[in-house]
Amino acid sequence: MILFLILAVLSIVFSLLVVFRRNVVHNAMALAATLFLVSILFITLDAPMVGALQVLVYAGAIMVLFLFVIMLLNPAALEPRPAAWSTVGSLASLALLWEMVALFFYRPPFAAPPPVAGNFGGPEALAQSLFTNFVLPFEIASVLLLVAIIGAVALGKKAS
Amino acid sequence: MIIDVGIIAAKAFLVLFMVLNLAGILGWIERKGSALIQDRIGANRASIFGFAGMGLVNTLVADPIKFLFKEDFIPAKGDKLLHTLAPCLALFPALVTFAVIPFGDVLILGDRVINLQVANLNIGILYTFAMASLGVYGIVIGAWASNNKFSLLGGVRGAAQMISYEIAMGLSIMGVLMFYGTLELQEMVRAQGELLWGWLPAWGFFLQPLAFLLFFTAAVAETKRIPFDIPEGESEIVAGYHVEYSGGKFLMFFAGEFAEIVTAAGLVATLFFGGWQVPWLMPDGFHFPWGGTLLLSNLSVTLLQVGAFAFKVIFFCWLQILVRWSLPRFRYDQVMRLGWKMLLPVALINVVVTAVWIILRQGLSSNP
Repeated sequence: MILFLILAVLSIVFSLLVVFRRNVVHNAMALAATLFLVSILFITLDAPMVGALQVLVYAGAIMVLFLFVIMLLNPAALEPRPAAWSTVGSLASLALLWEMVALFFYRPPFAAPPPVAGNFGGPEALAQSLFTNFVLPFEIASVLLLVAIIGAVALGKKAS
Repeated sequence: MIIDVGIIAAKAFLVLFMVLNLAGILGWIERKGSALIQDRIGANRASIFGFAGMGLVNTLVADPIKFLFKEDFIPAKGDKLLHTLAPCLALFPALVTFAVIPFGDVLILGDRVINLQVANLNIGILYTFAMASLGVYGIVIGAWASNNKFSLLGGVRGAAQMISYEIAMGLSIMGVLMFYGTLELQEMVRAQGELLWGWLPAWGFFLQPLAFLLFFTAAVAETKRIPFDIPEGESEIVAGYHVEYSGGKFLMFFAGEFAEIVTAAGLVATLFFGGWQVPWLMPDGFHFPWGGTLLLSNLSVTLLQVGAFAFKVIFFCWLQILVRWSLPRFRYDQVMRLGWKMLLPVALINVVVTAVWIILRQGLSSNP
């Protein structure tokens, strides 16, 4: 419980830093820290597989590519500038915040979750469900990724 | 309860202590060993009352003191916070990865069975890869925060290289994982205690020699040392990502590199050379294939196992240093070509061939 509170507060602080820091690299690092903290949260919730994949895929690969792109950009392009549609965006996010606060206050209290099987969240259980019950969505996702890779290669070739 | 926590703390301390000290000693081996390889005398300047101790005084006393008392320079237009954070980010993953590597089987003290591994996670190998993937931050952030074009070039090269070789590294061990059918490193090492044809230990190297070559190459690339040291490339970009680092912070990058060597050696030993396994040593003593047995107590078996693991780790550290002082540096395009066009396809072929072999073997054993 204490661990959960520490992790929760830290991840909220870092996610606020993602939004409020002006320096883009600081934003990216705060986002990486948030992802890392959330992955520790997964591990404390007996889902080490999800936690490790979170670090491996998000913090270790995707955020590094973000940083890579940010670093290669011209620093002048990183100056914050007012975005078009910012009013609409702000209103939409306020509405979302209102929904979340409302949900927080007007819903039945949490019931204790049913106990899970011993191998829950383990690699075997995950692979079993991925390759039996969810094989079609899994394959669709991989075809989607393949299309994205081929598209990226095609765009890169055209530019050069 | 208190004793259990104490045991875990002691194991964590022991592993961290050994990794850090081995990293320090590797600094000495690197300087004196490189001198040996290149027919020089090597570090021999510093001495205490005339005692130089084969350069030990120079590398383990004089160098650290010099590092710690040097001015800690932060570039005026750099990012102070990230410049300070980067060495920590570089050192942290290298130190924590060793937590899942088992350094022995079980030690029985009274009625207590101690698993000689800091953290027994059921995703063991994924944890090491997750931590290794964080190693790139130290370089990228350090390079960017220095506000120096050379270091930025080094950081970009480092990020590209480490991400590329992570993929080849991950795929190269797939065959090993399929053979042993587990992600847990302790289980994997136990499985390597079995014998092939009654005499050959079932080490990963004998089952998957190609995977060993791929993994070792990728691991050397991940430590960013020659022949893969293009992020540093001192003849092209001065010192790459750590141009603007001095004093203690540079020492942290340096120690992180050596800790990475130790971790890579530990992983190679665990995955491909039986970890703590000694050939023909069972939990109750030696059972030689030619018929002899030599019964040993649990304590001496454990000591033999830990000793064997330490020997293997030190051997692979030495091998990496040998590689570093024998080969020239690759060019950037050569590194990328090796990673994407050679290691990756070969690793994929290895995965397919291994899978087919495992299925054929299962088919043979189920309906003879």
